[in-house]
Amino acid sequence: MRKKEKTGSVSAYMNQFGKYFRKNWQLYIIFLLPGLLLTLIFKYLPMLGIIIAFEEYSPFLGYFDSKWIGAYNFKRLFSSTEFLRLLVNTLKLSGYNLLWSFFPPIILALLLNRVRSAKIKRNAQLVFYLPYFISTIVLAGMIRLFFSPVGPINAIFGTSIDFMSESEWFRSLYIGSGIWQTIGWSSIIYTSTLAGVSQDLIEAAKIDGATIIQQIRNVELPALKPVIVIQFILSAGNIMSIGFEKVYAMQTDLNKITSDIIPTYVYRLGLEMGDYGYSTAVGLFNSIVNLILLVAVNYVVSKLNEGEGL
Amino acid sequence: MNNKKKSTITQDKVVTWGGNLLLILLTVLIIVPVAYILLCSIMNPSVRNSVGVSLNLKNWTLEGYRRVFQDPNIWRGFRNSFFYSIVFTVISVTVTLLTAYPMSRNDFMGKKFFNAIFVFTMFFGGGLMPTYLLMDQLGLVNTVWAILLPGALNVWNMILARSYYKTVPIELYEAASMDGSTEVQYFFKILIPVCKPIIAVLCLYQFVAMWNSYFDAMIYLDDQNLQPLQLVLRSILVQNQINPNLVANMEKLAETAKLADLLKYSTIVISSVPLIVLYPFFAKSFEKGVMIGSVKG
Repeated sequence: MRKKEKTGSVSAYMNQFGKYFRKNWQLYIIFLLPGLLLTLIFKYLPMLGIIIAFEEYSPFLGYFDSKWIGAYNFKRLFSSTEFLRLLVNTLKLSGYNLLWSFFPPIILALLLNRVRSAKIKRNAQLVFYLPYFISTIVLAGMIRLFFSPVGPINAIFGTSIDFMSESEWFRSLYIGSGIWQTIGWSSIIYTSTLAGVSQDLIEAAKIDGATIIQQIRNVELPALKPVIVIQFILSAGNIMSIGFEKVYAMQTDLNKITSDIIPTYVYRLGLEMGDYGYSTAVGLFNSIVNLILLVAVNYVVSKLNEGEGL
Repeated sequence: MNNKKKSTITQDKVVTWGGNLLLILLTVLIIVPVAYILLCSIMNPSVRNSVGVSLNLKNWTLEGYRRVFQDPNIWRGFRNSFFYSIVFTVISVTVTLLTAYPMSRNDFMGKKFFNAIFVFTMFFGGGLMPTYLLMDQLGLVNTVWAILLPGALNVWNMILARSYYKTVPIELYEAASMDGSTEVQYFFKILIPVCKPIIAVLCLYQFVAMWNSYFDAMIYLDDQNLQPLQLVLRSILVQNQINPNLVANMEKLAETAKLADLLKYSTIVISSVPLIVLYPFFAKSFEKGVMIGSVKG
């Protein structure tokens, strides 16, 4: 009886859907289909290809005839001497990056909010956004020129350090150049939030004799708090998905001790050494950790954001 | 009381001045490297090496630019990058705007299901090798489609467009359907014209993203004739491979090295010209995009 009712409701739904589809076919065929096809082909088909993480994949044998080796590649990863170094490098680079680059944009927004002349503020912002549009390659090229042993930085300090070859400098250069490039850009969201704070509140605080520090603490920071929390959680969720492009552009044979992270390892294994299955396994490990982090973060955001996640 | 007020005022003065000083410092930190590159690109390399940058016109030279402009790789890179950026922008923004439309309609049946399909790709993907092998099997490696198609539907941009559509008054749609217009007619004749701001933002996002990216081109395009500017720049700036013809008539090795640096500076400037020319126009649009995004954030 119950079963019958269920099939009844499914067919009723299909009926309803058929009617809706006939009336609104354009929505599916003209609007949705192109994007859906691109997604299925270029995002979902590769997910099926993850199967080679469990195979001794050979391009000649293909997905179905390559030898099945189960979790061997994962055992190989977890027992390899490189695994811990790669994981630590990845976490350190993105962790330190988060800690160092998170607060400067907030401070910048607070400072800009105090600039009275709208014209100066506008022009300053244009200057601060500029580095964001410099490409990764050009940025890496600039770093190499500025920090070369005969470059201007060494000239200023009268030293001749080969920054790009010293592994202990890699993280500082990566994070420092990142702050330089994104501080203005990342401050937009805070600047626009502050623009929405009523100036009356600040005026009232001023009349009450509050110092600037007190005004910031009691008026501006509380207004920014929700944005700060969400931004922080979002960045924390992205900790395993640190960009490959910039690290790879800044990597040299000599700074690999610190600059080798999981994504560059995946690249080297797969495209340079042809170890397809193992490379896929390492990539899958990274994606799964990332997925868990993102789901956790999305859960927290939706709790904070009145039930609306991404 | 008076004293307290006085100390408040001095404290505020210190804070204000400290803040302004920080802003000035940051401005300098951003402008100086950029200006330094501009200057070095026209500085006689021997002078730069011995005395540093100088404002003396006598020490300036356009040699770097002259030589970079002779490099056919740069020109080809420019041509390819313009092609990829323009075509990618058109494909990507069209697909994104189309997809966002049904997803913005509350009555769209299957909305939740399709949304899950799209959003999941933001959280998880096949990874490098499975994607590469698929592209290989589809025969797309070493074709322009490897660059243009995979990232064409950007889910984040789709969400931006969708939230923008939702701000358009529903009365427009009701009036249009009363007049008997189809979805396609409503979309192109009524919705798109009122969505110009978000379309401009999406176009800029995709154009700049494509112009500045190099990863997909690096793994999918072996053919030099297809390579975008960023890959040409990569071989010059990162891999230190300078077209030997451009430094050929330099006799000493040291001279060659100095000239190589000059060429790097000139290359950086030349490659940045398109974005710098457009910059004042699009900085504002980008800012708008961030704010539209933060509504949903």
